[in-house]
Amino acid sequence: MADATNLFRTCPRTGLQWHKPSEGLIKANAVAAVVSLLIGGVLALIVVLTRWQAVHLVGPEDFYMYLTAHGLAMLAYWIIFFEIAVLYFASSTLLKSRLAAPRWAWAAFALMVIGVVVNLVAVFRGDSTVMFTSYVPLPANPMFYLGLILFAVGALIGCFVFLGTLVIARAEKTYEGSIPLVTFGALTAAIIAIFTIASGAIILIPTFLWSVGYIKSIDPLTYRMIWWGFGHSSQQINVAAHVSIWYAIAAIVFGAKPMSERVSRGAFLLYILFLQLASAHHLLSDPGFSSEWKVFNTSYAMYLAVLASMIHGLTVPGAIEVAQREKGFTKGLFEWLRKAPWGNPVFSGMILSLVGFGFLGGISGVMMGTEQLNMLIHNTIYVPGHFHATVVIGTTLAFMAVTYFLVPTLFKRELIMPGLAKWQPYLFGVGMMVFTLAMMGAGTLGVPRRHWDITFAGAALPYEFPGAAWLMLGIVGVSGVIAVVGGAIYILITVGSILWGKPIQVSGYSTERGVLKMPVAAALTGHGHAGFGAPGTFVVALVFLAAFVLYYFVNWKYLSTVWGLS
Amino acid sequence: MSAIHPPAQRIWWKQPLDKIELAWILIAFVWCLVMFFMMPYWHVYGKQNLSNETYRTTPEIFAKKTQEVVDKHTVRTETEEKIPVVRPPAGGDVYLIARLWAWWPILELEKGKTYRLHLSAMDYQHGFSLQPENINVQVLPGYEHVMNVTPNRSGEYAIVCNEFCGIGHHKMVSKLYVVDK
Ligand code: HEM
Ligand SMILES: [Cu+2]
Ligand SMILES: [Cu+2]
Repeated sequence: MADATNLFRTCPRTGLQWHKPSEGLIKANAVAAVVSLLIGGVLALIVVLTRWQAVHLVGPEDFYMYLTAHGLAMLAYWIIFFEIAVLYFASSTLLKSRLAAPRWAWAAFALMVIGVVVNLVAVFRGDSTVMFTSYVPLPANPMFYLGLILFAVGALIGCFVFLGTLVIARAEKTYEGSIPLVTFGALTAAIIAIFTIASGAIILIPTFLWSVGYIKSIDPLTYRMIWWGFGHSSQQINVAAHVSIWYAIAAIVFGAKPMSERVSRGAFLLYILFLQLASAHHLLSDPGFSSEWKVFNTSYAMYLAVLASMIHGLTVPGAIEVAQREKGFTKGLFEWLRKAPWGNPVFSGMILSLVGFGFLGGISGVMMGTEQLNMLIHNTIYVPGHFHATVVIGTTLAFMAVTYFLVPTLFKRELIMPGLAKWQPYLFGVGMMVFTLAMMGAGTLGVPRRHWDITFAGAALPYEFPGAAWLMLGIVGVSGVIAVVGGAIYILITVGSILWGKPIQVSGYSTERGVLKMPVAAALTGHGHAGFGAPGTFVVALVFLAAFVLYYFVNWKYLSTVWGLS
Repeated sequence: MSAIHPPAQRIWWKQPLDKIELAWILIAFVWCLVMFFMMPYWHVYGKQNLSNETYRTTPEIFAKKTQEVVDKHTVRTETEEKIPVVRPPAGGDVYLIARLWAWWPILELEKGKTYRLHLSAMDYQHGFSLQPENINVQVLPGYEHVMNVTPNRSGEYAIVCNEFCGIGHHKMVSKLYVVDK
């Protein structure tokens, strides 16, 4: 029985056990992800150089078309291809199991690729410039929706392959005890993904039928509600995925164990339980819903998910602190942090992702998600400012960080240009931090999102934005270009390593496989007892809270000065 | 390593938690409650709450109602296109149409008076963005949204469209005047 379904190899460095078919699939999905990132990155450069009002690179038609494509290539294709790779990794590789139904997984991959091509062809034909939200009744070519549907079906199959692998691992006893935390986080992501794709189907299939003339009209408000049921929950998938990666990196780099499994897993469960109507916070400035509905859904659904993120934000660095202190870095509050491997891009990428996600993405997101405060920034460029902090600094940077760990073990190649790799997370992460802050600044000054020209050239009654808004857009431009350079270096290093990296000698495939268990030593030293193990992290968390409270109430103060509304 | 290994105890939900974690969970939870209560609090004591009064309408009906107000209360016109400037009686109903790619008509309001502002879109979705005040509201076709607005500062304002509505989106901008009596 030497067919591939039984073949495994063990990585000599990491001890990870790769199942041959699953290895191929992870590679394929990761490569598709990086190709999408490349496309999205080129578009990002054009888009950002156009929003930089002083440069104003391309004309309106191209701008809106490229912006549509940028949103899709990044938010959908780069992220979801990568997530499918993470799902296969967290199930098959981490659990030392064979992957369920590799043929289905390949079919899923093919569907996703076809979906991307169909969708992007529609966009670049120029008759589907509707942004990734495709709000009806703005019309797109039917191929636009069809491509998205095919892509989503593929991703859905991928989720089921993941679940099937968990079942197999359990049945074949490839691990002892419960699944690891990272797999648990991936399971959270997969469960949310299944619900999410269902809402996507509920809204995109009728919209497709509408675009071919089969359905007469689609109610714009209903569309927004269901579309955001899909659009928002998919962000929760990203959060679950990148938080899992944070935990994985803490474990890989520091040997850190979760402070308490109960807390971390409980927080993942909160993500699943409290997101059903999180779409509400996209509808706070819409007509047609009652305030009770808005307040209830934006708070119960979101704040408990926010609570969960605040918990992970503490427990991940907390686990690192505990591990570092056990290694003897116990001086003061922060020796553990100073002595962290800041030159290792796996670590630096992860910590920038965590800090940026929390301080910039988290605080701004909760501010925006407050019923009355939403009016202050709805549809301004503040909104992309917020989500570049969550989905770029948070998700994308976490994915980049883990790539540096995965390339050698998965592709059996040394990283090329390790010196450059050291700098990449800083270039990309800090560039993006400035970028998001400047976008939020411009949004606070009223600059609209998805807008080609804030001089309103050619309009009968133009408006002049204050000089500060121009300055902010200039900073957006410069820092955006820096971030694009950081992204380009990431692509250069990963693609270059795969093609030209020094091969790493590894043993061949065999049918032999190990069982995943808790290393004995680790089990014995498991803390989890009620200590006060991470005082430094706690102090940082309190600083975070202070910034949060301050910013939150500054916005209420601002709100209290605007026109009366009732 | 542990986050990528099975938990030390299979029954992970019985594991004790760290004091730091417990403290943080409690603090974070209280903060979430504060944030929750701010919203109802502002409904009672705050002066900026978006009205949700909404009716189903059609572009034809809404255009007709707007036209009636324009016919009655136009005080002058502006630009070569002769866009009417409408000054309704203080406290009255004002209508604003969003369409590709203009806001119509221009409104002139009195400071300190409350108006019922009716908003609807004729075609696609648009975004009402009052500048430099920075109040932003979604405008949907088929829905008539009635907000009570009370300008608190006189001067010249702009209404920018901030929902992408097609190739002319960035030209969709208009004026609004607030006058002292
Ligand atoms: C490499 C650096 C990047 C730069 C410089 C950049 C720049 C921009 C700019 C300037 C906009 C337009 C904002 C507006 O006019 O409304 C934008 C929109 C957007 N970006 Fe990025 N971006 C980058 C990376 C990413 C990544 C990695 C993602 C996703 C993972 C992403 C997702 C989006 C989305 C979803 C939109 C919204 C499109 C829309 O409004 O329909 N971007 N980006
Ligand atoms: Cu518009
Ligand atoms: Cu518009």
